[in-house]
Amino acid sequence: MSHIQVVEGSEAVALAVKACRPQVISAYPISPQTHIVEWLAKMIADGELETEYIRVESEFSAASAISGASATASRSYTASSSQGLLLMTEVLYASAGLRLPFVITGVNRALSAPISIQVDHQDTISLRDSGVIQFYVESSQEVYDTHIAAFKIAEDHGILLPVMVCMDGWILTHSYEQVSFMEQEEVDSFLPPFQPVNFLDVNDPKTLGSYAEDDVLMEFKYAIHEAMQYAKGRIKEIFSELAMVTGRDHGGLIEAYRTEGAEIILTAMGSMVGTVKVAVDEFRSEGKKVGLVKIRCYRPFPFEDIWNAIRGAKVVAVMEADFSMGSEGAVGMDLKAKLCGRPDAPLVIDFITGLGGREVNKGTIAVIVQKAEEVLNSGLPLPEPCWVDLNPAILQ
Amino acid sequence: MSIPQIARHEALFTSGHRACHGCGIALAVRHILKATGKNVIVVTPTGCLETFSSPYGYSSWGVPWIHHLFENGPSVASGVAAALKAQKQDSVRVLVIAGDGSTFDIGFGAISGMLERGDDVLYICTDNGAYMNTGGQRSGASPTYSSTTTDPAGKESLGKTQMMKDLPAIVAAHGAPYVATASVAFLKDLQKKVKKAMKSRGPRYLQIDTPCPSGWGFPPERTLEIGRIGIDCGLVPIFEMENGKITSIRKIKKKIPVTDYLKAQARFRHLFADKRGQAEIANIQAIADRSIENYDLIRRSSKE
Repeated sequence: MSHIQVVEGSEAVALAVKACRPQVISAYPISPQTHIVEWLAKMIADGELETEYIRVESEFSAASAISGASATASRSYTASSSQGLLLMTEVLYASAGLRLPFVITGVNRALSAPISIQVDHQDTISLRDSGVIQFYVESSQEVYDTHIAAFKIAEDHGILLPVMVCMDGWILTHSYEQVSFMEQEEVDSFLPPFQPVNFLDVNDPKTLGSYAEDDVLMEFKYAIHEAMQYAKGRIKEIFSELAMVTGRDHGGLIEAYRTEGAEIILTAMGSMVGTVKVAVDEFRSEGKKVGLVKIRCYRPFPFEDIWNAIRGAKVVAVMEADFSMGSEGAVGMDLKAKLCGRPDAPLVIDFITGLGGREVNKGTIAVIVQKAEEVLNSGLPLPEPCWVDLNPAILQ
Repeated sequence: MSIPQIARHEALFTSGHRACHGCGIALAVRHILKATGKNVIVVTPTGCLETFSSPYGYSSWGVPWIHHLFENGPSVASGVAAALKAQKQDSVRVLVIAGDGSTFDIGFGAISGMLERGDDVLYICTDNGAYMNTGGQRSGASPTYSSTTTDPAGKESLGKTQMMKDLPAIVAAHGAPYVATASVAFLKDLQKKVKKAMKSRGPRYLQIDTPCPSGWGFPPERTLEIGRIGIDCGLVPIFEMENGKITSIRKIKKKIPVTDYLKAQARFRHLFADKRGQAEIANIQAIADRSIENYDLIRRSSKE
């Protein structure tokens, strides 16, 4: 049984977090994350949510406080955005290393300078090497469901890593959409109480966060890599298990959308996926063989699943709202690296789009598909990186 | 009884760690935990203590202990305290045992946040006046005219020209109910203050003078003596503040000149190399005299 309501995306997150019964929440406000932590604060103020809420003086302390709480066997949560996520960076690396399984909502927003509060993925993509598992979601419904799954994924004894659910600022956080909510009993039976492995306990004193020399550090890092590899399978199982309860299946690590027989496949993450799906439908109705791979889980990088979906396509156009200065987009790099040396690999072109809130509309997608068609017809790659929709007047 | 059990039985902070000979911190920590007992969780930010007590595979800690980062000891501790509150574990208490680098400098924002929120944490700073773990670089706690590796004495310099940050006063200004200083030179007093701090709730602060043979430049057998000289010349006031008011002071029985303190340590050696140092020695004496006056450190005879 579930109930349906039209809510703000931020409220959907807060309701998901509430349903997961966190013991400790700590947060520092930053646009466009603020509504999430305000909704949670209101729930506590109204006596609807029993949890310790630490109102810290910085994002650095927000991530640190939930790390301490998680190490003390409490289910813990925070949310941040943009500069706040960067301020947390050092903490997130250390908490992944300490195998602290908290959940964090990464509300996507551009990075300074120039300062902007508009959406892109540069902030969370910058955390890709930290050991934090990352999901990117398309809708408020998916953001709700993914948060419920996130705690179970993080706390799995074969994983034990922080999980970040990345959602586009404003487009998702501040939009009102219809969301179907789980009943509390359903969440409780899906997500049992947190059972940590190593934690701070006076009855069984342990030393956490030891100093490591050259004889052990590599093994600790390798253990995170192994956990990430294991997580690929476990995440799919947990998503399936949740889908059995909710009746909603958003896919596993990826969602392959109309990829059958596609010659050109777009990849995308986050809220732009919805627009791409509409565009793909239109291309298909025009007889163009275009499909989409939505990357839901970015870390661990689900190459095997992507490969299964794109195999047979001639061109893969990666659309991404991030850029590694001096190189190219992160998703494009990941995909090309994994495809390198495969004789049947499609040509991959990396399109940088949607930075700093630049609208990604059907026109943008048409330009990308047109360029992909040029590559398809010529068989030659484009000069990269391909920045889409740049305004030459501003560049002068 | 297993070896770790025997070790824990004897002390909650065991020997066998990698501290330098004569380390004031190791001594302080052993006595801190004697005073708290085993029902504590300790958070230690990056520094000497973290490095010498926790080499992977070994641990000196007989209590649950976590090191996370350099600048977040207070916020990690706030999280631990919140978790204990959520779990209704009222009898388990939270300590931070940090160095002066993380307390005075890099973790200053976090300690202010913890104090302002009123979190139930006893924050203990073992102050050795520099970043000793990395070779003795200047910190906000380095004393005036001490030579540190990032602010060294040289032909054109007499070391640090600024005053030491007055952290106990800053902590007290946040409204912390208990603020105190102590020294490894007086271990019973140190234990008494830890026990007293453990009796109240909320954010409490104890700053312990922990002389550092390696960093300050004195023989390791003189740690306690150097600590005592620092107190008796007035540079290291030992006191308690409860709810913003000074409630106890360790009186100086016989005031000694600061030169006795300075001459005993290599970090002040440059002040005696030539005439340049004389004015600075007088300045340091003035700092000590002000401290004596401010804290009323001199024991007066009853006839006065």
